[in-house]
Amino acid sequence: MSPDLECKNLTRRFGDTLAVDNVSFSVPRGSFFSILGPSGCGKTTIMRMIAGFLEPSSGDILIRGKSVVDTPPNKRPVNMVFQHLALFPMMNVADNIGYGLRRAGVAKPEIARKVEEALDRIGLPGIGSRKVNELSGGQKQRVAIARCMVLEPDVLLLDEPLGALDLKLRERLKVELKSLQAAFDTTFVYITHDQSEALVMSDRIAVMNEGRFEQVGSGQDLYYRPDTAFVAGFVGDTNRWSGRIERVSGDEMEMRTDSGMLMRGATHGRSLSEGDRADVFVRPEAIRIAHSAEELAHFDNRITGKVESILFNGAASRILVQDSSASGEIEVNLPQSGEFSGLSRGCEVQIGWSGAQGNCFAAGDA
Amino acid sequence: MRAEAKLGLILLLTPLLLWLSLLILIPHVDMFLVSLRERIGVGEYRISFANYLTFINEPLYLRTFIRTAVMSTLATMITLLIAFPVSYYIAKIARGRVQSALFLLCLVPFWVSELVRTFGWMILLRETGLISNLLQWAGLVDGPVEMLYNDAAIMVGLVYTSMLFMVVPLVTTLESLPDEVIEAGYDLGGGGGAVMREIVIPHAAPGIVSGCIVVFMLSLGNYLTPIMLGGKDSLWFTELIYSQFIVRFNWELGAAFGFLLLGLSSAIVWGMLKLTGQSLEKTMG
Amino acid sequence: MKLNCSISIFSVALCTTLSALPASSETLRLLTWGGYAPEDVVAKFEAETGHKVEVTKSNNEEMIAKLRATGGGGFDLAQPSQDRIAGPQEEFGIYKPIDMSKIDTSLFIPSMLEATKGNTTVGSDVYGVPHIWGTSGLVLDTSKAEMVKDYTDLCSDDVAGKVSYRLKRPTLIGFAFAMGLDPFAAYGDEAAYTEIMSQVEAKLIECKPNVKTYWGGGDELMGLLRSGEVVASMAWDTGGWKLNADNPDITFVAPAAGALGWVDTFALPAKGKADEAAYAWINFVMQPEVAAMITAAAGNFTASQGADEFADDDLKARYRASFPPEAIDNIKWYPPVPAGLEAIEGGVLDRVKAAN
Repeated sequence: MSPDLECKNLTRRFGDTLAVDNVSFSVPRGSFFSILGPSGCGKTTIMRMIAGFLEPSSGDILIRGKSVVDTPPNKRPVNMVFQHLALFPMMNVADNIGYGLRRAGVAKPEIARKVEEALDRIGLPGIGSRKVNELSGGQKQRVAIARCMVLEPDVLLLDEPLGALDLKLRERLKVELKSLQAAFDTTFVYITHDQSEALVMSDRIAVMNEGRFEQVGSGQDLYYRPDTAFVAGFVGDTNRWSGRIERVSGDEMEMRTDSGMLMRGATHGRSLSEGDRADVFVRPEAIRIAHSAEELAHFDNRITGKVESILFNGAASRILVQDSSASGEIEVNLPQSGEFSGLSRGCEVQIGWSGAQGNCFAAGDA
Repeated sequence: MRAEAKLGLILLLTPLLLWLSLLILIPHVDMFLVSLRERIGVGEYRISFANYLTFINEPLYLRTFIRTAVMSTLATMITLLIAFPVSYYIAKIARGRVQSALFLLCLVPFWVSELVRTFGWMILLRETGLISNLLQWAGLVDGPVEMLYNDAAIMVGLVYTSMLFMVVPLVTTLESLPDEVIEAGYDLGGGGGAVMREIVIPHAAPGIVSGCIVVFMLSLGNYLTPIMLGGKDSLWFTELIYSQFIVRFNWELGAAFGFLLLGLSSAIVWGMLKLTGQSLEKTMG
Repeated sequence: MKLNCSISIFSVALCTTLSALPASSETLRLLTWGGYAPEDVVAKFEAETGHKVEVTKSNNEEMIAKLRATGGGGFDLAQPSQDRIAGPQEEFGIYKPIDMSKIDTSLFIPSMLEATKGNTTVGSDVYGVPHIWGTSGLVLDTSKAEMVKDYTDLCSDDVAGKVSYRLKRPTLIGFAFAMGLDPFAAYGDEAAYTEIMSQVEAKLIECKPNVKTYWGGGDELMGLLRSGEVVASMAWDTGGWKLNADNPDITFVAPAAGALGWVDTFALPAKGKADEAAYAWINFVMQPEVAAMITAAAGNFTASQGADEFADDDLKARYRASFPPEAIDNIKWYPPVPAGLEAIEGGVLDRVKAAN
């Protein structure tokens, strides 16, 4: 079975700028695929090429094994949920959903039936006669998806459709989108700059930067086993140190940071050698906090520092620790046990982590 | 406190009321009264509907009236047909400099007076004019061609004069239509025609209607263009009004004509709004 | 206190300055035709008398309409044609009588003054004195339209499509004369006049395919004649003479039925405020040298006694060429238009315009 969507060596230039640089990927049938990247990385360009609004400078796009590069947008078996949803304000909800069916020449009673069915599926039965501007943000979102889904596209493209919504609604809709995708059993290609959207919903995520895919993988892969310094820095929160490698032996290595601190870590099979400049990334949750140095004796990295500030955020509370050599602030997760809830600014604390939990990349990668 | 607020309101409203009553209401009432006067002798008048009866009983006046309305409607439709693609191009396809340049191009003819613009057309269309000479030079015609002094010339002048007043409201409404919505129209399977019909035109309807109203009123009330370009066969209702007032010294009939014109334009505007399901607030607001 | 002082000193000074000028300096608002108040004449008048002149250019119909709208206000001196004074005066009362004692009658050609006084008398009051006279007739390109001798020849096939005239009352009158009718004699008889006009109407409708366009303004006609798009037209003598200066083929021709003679007058609007300046202006422009300056600007001769001596020789030559002695005797001078004729003529003009 051929994948629902396959891009081969896709390239797009705007004048001298290379917006999309030789990108290849494929999305298996029925999966939720996200492209995650900062604004301007080229993800929207890929999306518009798949939808047909832009022509690739070179490369090919295949849907279910058939090239669609020469097919105009209104003939492609792909539909798109736009960033601002782009519902037709001059039509009511039922006409919005029925638009594509009318274009396809479906008979009127058939359209009415399909529209009713779609409204049922998105959990909004009986709102067909409402005007678009009478709907809430979440309802509009669902209508926009239903409008595409009645056409039973092979691939549904979603262009940051949650971007304009408030946080609470966004959190809810993330879950809803995921279940809608499961319900429709259609391939979703979702682009976003919000890593949490991508991590929560996707089966696979491509991290994109400067026109290229840095890494394609599951959320866990990206989070725990980043391929590049960019992915390590972009996906999830992390502490980062730059310095020079002083010793490499087998999987172990030591780096002297620019502020003079000696750090132990693991190469995780990356080619690093003595004298290289490198960056070490350690996630805040990998760092333990203790009252005394003895408790951290089993960690190969230990620092004594002062609490610089406390960032209380319920279960995700953190502190910023200023180490004694004053080489910068380190973000540390507070254990959820509440053991350190009495901590206040200026307290002296011990922190430590296992070097194997950090990731080290030769500088220049990022 | 309350009395003060009331005084403030009165002071604020005074200029508006003065303007409305002095410049609009009173002259119209006066005109209406004049239109109801019938001259029965030197300096003697009585109140009657004689002037309106004259209008109904004289086929020439009625014919001119209908002709003016039909030609104005036609001019409005032609203007819309030409202005819509132009506006669509300016609002949706052209970008940046090209966009402002094109818009400016629509505006430039209005920097000179209507008289000069009309003279421009006369220079182009007359027998010894540019187009006639060009056609002869190209060998398409044997002798000079007269393109002035006919209905087509009037139409050209009216459309040209009205263009801007159609383009501006159209560009404004079309610009307010997000590109995304048009793309969605294509994405969901619509071809160019369907997107235009179901999305672009319904969205632009208020602009289309307000542009049509303005152009229609301008054409109906135009005096110079039909007279100068139409020549011996112009026959425009405003010309009749002018000649009643100025040449004939018959203010009574002229005032009656004026009121009929006012009634006609109001009726057609109202009909246009009803037909398109728009309201005046929506189109003008 | 101090302020008051300075104000009174200022006003005294102001009074002194003002009294240095002639006893009463006024602004003369003049409603006239183009060319009748050339700038050099206005400047000379202002320098000699201290009055100011504001000129508004217009035509017969608009003059009457303007004065009617204000009940004879807004202007201090108007210059309607002599045949258009008595009628509107009776109907709308827009003028006031002229005080002949304030006019230097020795400056006028006596016959013209008497004729004008006669035509502009309502009741026992005189409302107009003559200023400029001229004729309308045919302006032809003689190289191409030599066969046109009379108004009705404009309808001949030889000049088809190359004819222009105004759709105004002089055209109706001219055609009537050329058709052997006498509209002036029928002025007092509405039925007879209507009959004459209906014949003229039929002729003009028949003639319509010959017409390129009905001209509206003098400049428009000049353009048409100069470009050769029109070779025969009905127009004022001055227009023909002006074109003759550029192109010797084009000139004014007195038609066989007679040129139509008009006299533009001075009349005082009923609510005029600067009568003194108005009389001063009349007496000033009727001096032979000044009248000659106006003739040079307007192209027409004036009713000023002796101004001919100062007139341009070229103009005199053109005048003589257009008007052999018998043609001068044949000029049809407009008698006063009785109120109500305009309605009959208006209907005719409307129907001609509408005809296809």
